[in-house]
Amino acid sequence: MSKKATREAYGEALLALGKKNENVVVLDADLSKSTKTSVFASQFPERFFNMGISEQDLLTTAAGFAAAGKMPFASTFAVFATGRAFEQIRNSIAYTNLKVVIAASHAGITVGEDGGSHQSIEDLALMRSLPNMTVIVPADEVETAQAVEAAVEHPGPVYLRLGRMGVPNVSPVDYKFTIGKATVLQDGQDATVIATGIMVNEALLAAQILKEKGLSVRVINMPTIKPLDEDVVIKAAKETGALVTAEEHNIIGGLGSAVAEVLAEKAPAYLERVGIQDVFGQSGTPQELLNLYKLTASDIAAAVERVVAKKN
Amino acid sequence: MENEQLLKSLKEKSLVLRRHVIKMIAQAKSGHPGGSLSAADIITTLYFHQMKHDPQKPHWEERDRFVLCKGHAAPILYAALAEAGYFPVDELLNLRKLGSKLQGHPDMKKVPGVDMSTGSLGQGLSAANGMALAAKLDKKDYKIYALLGDGELQEGQVWEAAMTAAHYKLDNVIAFVDYNGLQIDGPISEVKSPNPISEKWRAFGWHVIKIDGHDYEQILEALETAQKAQGKPTVIVARTIKGKGVSFMENQASWHGSAPNAEQVEKALADLI
Repeated sequence: MSKKATREAYGEALLALGKKNENVVVLDADLSKSTKTSVFASQFPERFFNMGISEQDLLTTAAGFAAAGKMPFASTFAVFATGRAFEQIRNSIAYTNLKVVIAASHAGITVGEDGGSHQSIEDLALMRSLPNMTVIVPADEVETAQAVEAAVEHPGPVYLRLGRMGVPNVSPVDYKFTIGKATVLQDGQDATVIATGIMVNEALLAAQILKEKGLSVRVINMPTIKPLDEDVVIKAAKETGALVTAEEHNIIGGLGSAVAEVLAEKAPAYLERVGIQDVFGQSGTPQELLNLYKLTASDIAAAVERVVAKKN
Repeated sequence: MENEQLLKSLKEKSLVLRRHVIKMIAQAKSGHPGGSLSAADIITTLYFHQMKHDPQKPHWEERDRFVLCKGHAAPILYAALAEAGYFPVDELLNLRKLGSKLQGHPDMKKVPGVDMSTGSLGQGLSAANGMALAAKLDKKDYKIYALLGDGELQEGQVWEAAMTAAHYKLDNVIAFVDYNGLQIDGPISEVKSPNPISEKWRAFGWHVIKIDGHDYEQILEALETAQKAQGKPTVIVARTIKGKGVSFMENQASWHGSAPNAEQVEKALADLI
């Protein structure tokens, strides 16, 4: 199956958007070739603004654009956008509820060889804790393109988490992305895997492994981390009683935490969280790191078996 | 003669605003009088002479914008907005009260006339640049005025933004530095010196004008010069006196962020006639 990184899809989506929406401006912090905003920049140089290596200035300038009625997209690596410029996002974008899309690439450990300093494992926790902020993690090319469109229609700020590594398409034919809505990719009764981003494909593969072992697993793609689709979580809890979350993020503060909050308050059920186990990453190939930090289909399958054992 | 009348009316208006500041902060029992009073003459000139704005249409697209980078001087901005007609003057006494639109630091979502929420130092100039870039794209001729504190210059982001404005030739950005020389912990030169201030801005590619920030003729002349700037942003480094106009507050760092008691209010208002 052909693969494409969500950052590549973002670059193409921005270009398409730029053609039909003259209000769109794009800002970057000297990483445009990596974040793929360079695609937009080459076509619309007058609407592209390189802020240089100054992420705090990048995010706040974007806020100024929005205050003056423009539709800004601000891009850099996730670790710098959400970490270096956290307080700028908080006070100049979220507190003001200004319509800025923070499209951050190279999220998670699949940044790879650059190592732990560049691998954002906390960005979802940071963005999810901000009032007014919507948090989206597209799983593939199709979802990325639609998320970009949806973000433009959304009245407040949006954090869009993008990856470096190529991923296969997991979206159904005729898929329609809606902010705050999850998709059941396959039904099942014994357990549910709720995955986001690059882990959605791994979840589908895990379900296949488990099917051969006689387990029927529901697989849900949860592209919006905030607002979370609580109904789909509650339904899965009631119907399957055992859940696994899968994310390329610290198990603290991201999808796993968000699902745990819903379960604890509204539909108690057994849960296992697949993700980075509260450690920093290191240099390696993306696949080596996914193996080391237990973010593969077989790791998800093992977690499902554990949670089903607890339930029984 | 006409000029004399203008100077007289600005001076009178500034006294009205300063009196509001004292009463508001006293009523709230907290707030920042020192930096509000040092910026009073600049803000009076902007809102009652310089800026193209319409209190009946706070979101008018063609308006000049103002970003109070040193957001803690909110009382003087609120006083100017109320006197200009953005909201009733009576509301000023709700400063910092629960449910009030007049938050401790300016909130653009709540207060008509506030063009950018500020308070966290160092961010305002970047936001002003964003507005200036948008104006250039839209081929609009409005200006963006920004007012920074001198202590605020210790924030690294100010210099990121200074570099951005010069790089993008934002001659529609006119910044003021309220150079009162004092910050919370004492003189700026002792806490961590941002000096030499004018030389720094010049080195960053800005057109620099040095003035006495309480002399209306100098403020007006600097603003007139700044209108003609081409290809460069302008910064007006305004030497000011913290607490200006209230004898016992002048040049006292202790009046950065404390409220006067009833007796002090009486004394302050007597000074502001």
